[in-house]
Amino acid sequence: MTEVRKVGDSMKAKTLTGAEILIRALKEEGVEVIFGYPGGQVLHIYDALYNEKQIKHVLTRHEQGAAHAADGYARATDKPGVVLATSGPGATNLVTGIATAYMDSVPMVAITGQVACNMIGKDSFQEADITGITQPITKYSYLVKDVRDLARVIHEAFHIASTGRPGPVLVDIPKDVAVSSTEFVYPPEFDLPGYKYIYNGVTAKLTQVVEAIKKAEKPLIYAGGGIKASRAHAELLEFAERINAPVTTTMMGKGAFPDDHPLALGMPGMHGTSYANYSLSECDLLIGLGVRFDDRVTGRIDAFAPNAKVVHIDIDPAEVGKNVQIDIPLVGDVRKILTSLLKQVTAKQHKPWLDTVYQWRREYPLKYCTTTDVIKPQFVIEEIYKATNGEAFVTTETGQHQMWAAQYYKCKYPRQFMSSGGLGTMGYGFPAALGVQMAYPESIVFDIAGDGSIQMNSQELATAVHYQLPVNIAILNNNFLGMVRQWQDLFLDKRYSHTRLEGNPDFVKLAQAYGAEGLRVERPEDVRSAIEQAIKSPKPFVLDFVVEEEENVFPMVPPGGSLNKMLGGSD
Amino acid sequence: MKHTLSVLVENRPGVLTRIAGLFARRGFNINSLAVGETEDPEVSRMTIVVDGEDERIIEQVTKQLNKLVDVIKLNDITQDEFVDRELIMIKVCCDSSNRAEIIQIVDIFRARIVDMGRNTVIIEATGDGGKVSAIETSLKPFGIKELVRTGKVALVRGAKNRHNE
Ligand SMILES: Cc1cc2nc3c(=O)[nH]c(=O)nc-3n(C[C@H](O)[C@H](O)[C@H](O)COP(=O)(O)OP(=O)(O)OC[C@H]3O[C@@H](n4cnc5c(N)ncnc54)[C@H](O)[C@@H]3O)c2cc1C
Ligand SMILES: Cc1ncc(C[n+]2csc(CCOP(=O)(O)OP(=O)(O)O)c2C)c(N)n1
Ligand SMILES: [Mg+2]
Repeated sequence: MTEVRKVGDSMKAKTLTGAEILIRALKEEGVEVIFGYPGGQVLHIYDALYNEKQIKHVLTRHEQGAAHAADGYARATDKPGVVLATSGPGATNLVTGIATAYMDSVPMVAITGQVACNMIGKDSFQEADITGITQPITKYSYLVKDVRDLARVIHEAFHIASTGRPGPVLVDIPKDVAVSSTEFVYPPEFDLPGYKYIYNGVTAKLTQVVEAIKKAEKPLIYAGGGIKASRAHAELLEFAERINAPVTTTMMGKGAFPDDHPLALGMPGMHGTSYANYSLSECDLLIGLGVRFDDRVTGRIDAFAPNAKVVHIDIDPAEVGKNVQIDIPLVGDVRKILTSLLKQVTAKQHKPWLDTVYQWRREYPLKYCTTTDVIKPQFVIEEIYKATNGEAFVTTETGQHQMWAAQYYKCKYPRQFMSSGGLGTMGYGFPAALGVQMAYPESIVFDIAGDGSIQMNSQELATAVHYQLPVNIAILNNNFLGMVRQWQDLFLDKRYSHTRLEGNPDFVKLAQAYGAEGLRVERPEDVRSAIEQAIKSPKPFVLDFVVEEEENVFPMVPPGGSLNKMLGGSD
Repeated sequence: MKHTLSVLVENRPGVLTRIAGLFARRGFNINSLAVGETEDPEVSRMTIVVDGEDERIIEQVTKQLNKLVDVIKLNDITQDEFVDRELIMIKVCCDSSNRAEIIQIVDIFRARIVDMGRNTVIIEATGDGGKVSAIETSLKPFGIKELVRTGKVALVRGAKNRHNE
C-alpha cells in the first residue's frame, strides 16, 4: 500500500502557494542573491523567504538602492539581477533603478507585490499601476492574475531579460495570487510567439564587411556595451589585432577592450579623448560593434565620421540606422558575427594611419595641471588606479567625477566598470557597488562619487555595514553639483544658479554614525596613503577628498558641436 | 506618404496601451488605428495608418513595434495589393426641402440611411478612405451635425494569410 501511494505522489507534481512557487522558480533560474524591501503585499513572499538557505536576501534601506544593487550585481556577473519590493510606494521607488537598467540594457527581473486582484483598479490602499508606470522603461512586464501562470511568467521573465538585447522585466504579483496554490512544474513551457531576436547575421553582408576592411586605409573600431553583453571581448581583441585597427570604447564599452592596449584610444564623444575624436573625424571605415550611436558620442550628426563608410553590427534592428545612416548594417549577436568575420578577414597593416593616430595621442593626451597645495580630482583617480593595480571593480555616480573615472581609471576586464550611461543617474554608484561586492566578496570595489550624488543613496551605508560589504567610497568633494556648474561656467557666464552645495554633511561623521569608517583628505601628499588605508580596512570606508572646486572636465565637445572641435582638446 | 501597417498582436489586456504608448513616447503620429479579434481569438489584428514623409521614421516605427513582445507579426502593406475599408456615420441636417437631394447623394455613393429624425438623418457609408471623404465633402453643404469614422481596416489580397505571409 505505502509503495503504491509513493508512486502516485511522485507522479503528481507538488502543490505550492504562489509565494513558494516564486521562490522555487527563482532557485530553478539559478538566483543566488536578491535585493529587496518588504511590505504588506509581499508579506507572504517574505514568509516564503524565512529560513531560506539557498537564496540570500539583502535588505537595503530604500527600494531604489535595491534596484541599483541588483543592477550592479548583474553588470558584474552577467546574470540577471533580481529585486523585490512591495506594492505602491515600494514599487514606485524602483522606477529610477529600472529606468537606469533599461537605458543601459542590463538584465534584471523586478518583482513587485500588488493588491489582490479584486481590489485592482479601485485606488486601494498602496495600489499603483506599476506595469503601466514602467511600461516605457521595461523590456516587458507582467501582471499575474492567476497562480497557474506564475511559474511560466517567471521563466519567461528571465528568458526575456537575459536574451537578445538584455533589459529589465517586471512581474507584478497580486497578494491573492501569492497565497493561492497550484501544482509546481519547472521549467514550464514558454508562450512567446512575438518575442524574436536574431543571433546570426546575414552572410552576404559579411562578405561586404570583409571587402570594406580590405579596401580601408584608415579603419576605426567603435565598440560598446554590446561587446560585454555578448561576451565578445576576446573576439574583439583578436579582430582588432588582426586588422590592426585602433579601438575606441564608449563609456558603456569601457573594459571591453583593454585600456592599456597599444590600439586602445579610450572613450569617444563629448568627454572622450582628442585622439579618439580626431580618429572618428578622419577614419575611412568605421566599424560599430554593439554601440548605439548615442548623442554624447556623435556630437553633430552631419559632422560625425564624415569620410567613413559605416558598418554597424548590433543585435537590435531598431538601433541600426536610428541616429546615423549605415552603409553596411548587420543584425545579430556581435560575438557570433565577429567569429564568422575572423574566419574570413586576413591580416592587415595600416602604418601611416596608426602613425597619425599615435601622433595625436602623443600630442594631445588627457591632461590636467598638477599643483601641490590642492588636490586635483583627476589625480585621485590616478592614485586609486595605481593603488589597485587597475584590478578593482569601479562604479560611479553621475557628474564630473564619473567622467574623470572613465578617463583616468584604465580597465582591463569587460565587467570591471559600471556606470549609469544612458540615464545618468546620480545615486547609482554606491548601491551598485554593494551589488558588485555581494557577487565578489573578496574583490576591491570603489565607488567614485561626487558630494552631490552620494547623498542620493547614502542611507545604504547601513546595508554596507550590516552585510559587511567593505566597499570604498571615494567622494571627489568639490562642494558643487560640479557637472552642472561646469555648463554654467562655460555656457551661462558663470551664473552658478543653485549648484553650490551649501549644507553638505561631515561625510566622515556620517560614515561613523553608521559604523563605517571615514577619512577626510585635504592634501595631495595624503591621497595615496588614505586610499591604501581604505583598501586595508575590512569595513566600508568613506574617503572624503576635498578637491579643486572649479575644475572642469576636458576635453569637451560643446553640445551639438562637431567632434573635431573640442574645448581643451589641443591647446 | 501614408503607410498602412497590418499588425498581428496578442489579444491581451494592455496591448493597445503598449502600442499607443510607443507611438506617443517616440513622437510618431498615428493617423488611424483599428483593432479587432481575428479568426484566432488569442490574436488581434491592428490596422495602423502612419503619416510618414520620412522613410527613416517609418523604418523606426516598424522596427520599434516589432520589438514589442506582444507584436507577433508586422507587415507594411503599403506597397502590396490590399483591400481597405472605412466606415463613416454622418448626421446631417435634413428637412423636406433638401431630403430628395440627400437621398440622391446617398444612392450615388451606395451609402445607407440608418436613422431618420425630425430634422436630421444619419447616413452610413463604407469604402476606402477616398470614397468616405468624398461623401463627407458632398454632404457638408447641408450642415454636418456630427460625424464618426472608424479608421481603416485592411487585408492583403490573394492567397497570403497570416501563416505564410
Ligand atoms: C554625464 C555623462 C556624459 C557622458 N559622456 C559620454 C562620452 O563622452 N562618451 C561616451 O562614450 N559616453 C558618454 N556617456 C554615456 C552615453 O550617454 C551612453 O550611455 C553611451 O555612449 C552608450 O554606449 P554604447 O553605445 O556602448 O551603448 P549601450 O547603451 O551600451 O548599448 C549597447 C548596444 O549594444 C547592443 N547589443 C546588446 N547586446 C548585443 C549583442 N549580444 N550583440 C550585438 N549587439 C548587442 C544593443 O542593442 C545596443 O545598441 C555619458 C554619460 C553621462 C551620464
Ligand atoms: C538624479 C539626478 N538628478 C539630477 C541630475 C543632473 N545632474 C547631472 S550631474 C549633476 C551634478 C552631480 O554633482 P556631484 O555628484 O557632486 O558630482 P560632480 O559633478 O560635482 O563631480 C547633476 C545635478 C542627474 N544626473 N541625476
Ligand atoms: Mg560635486
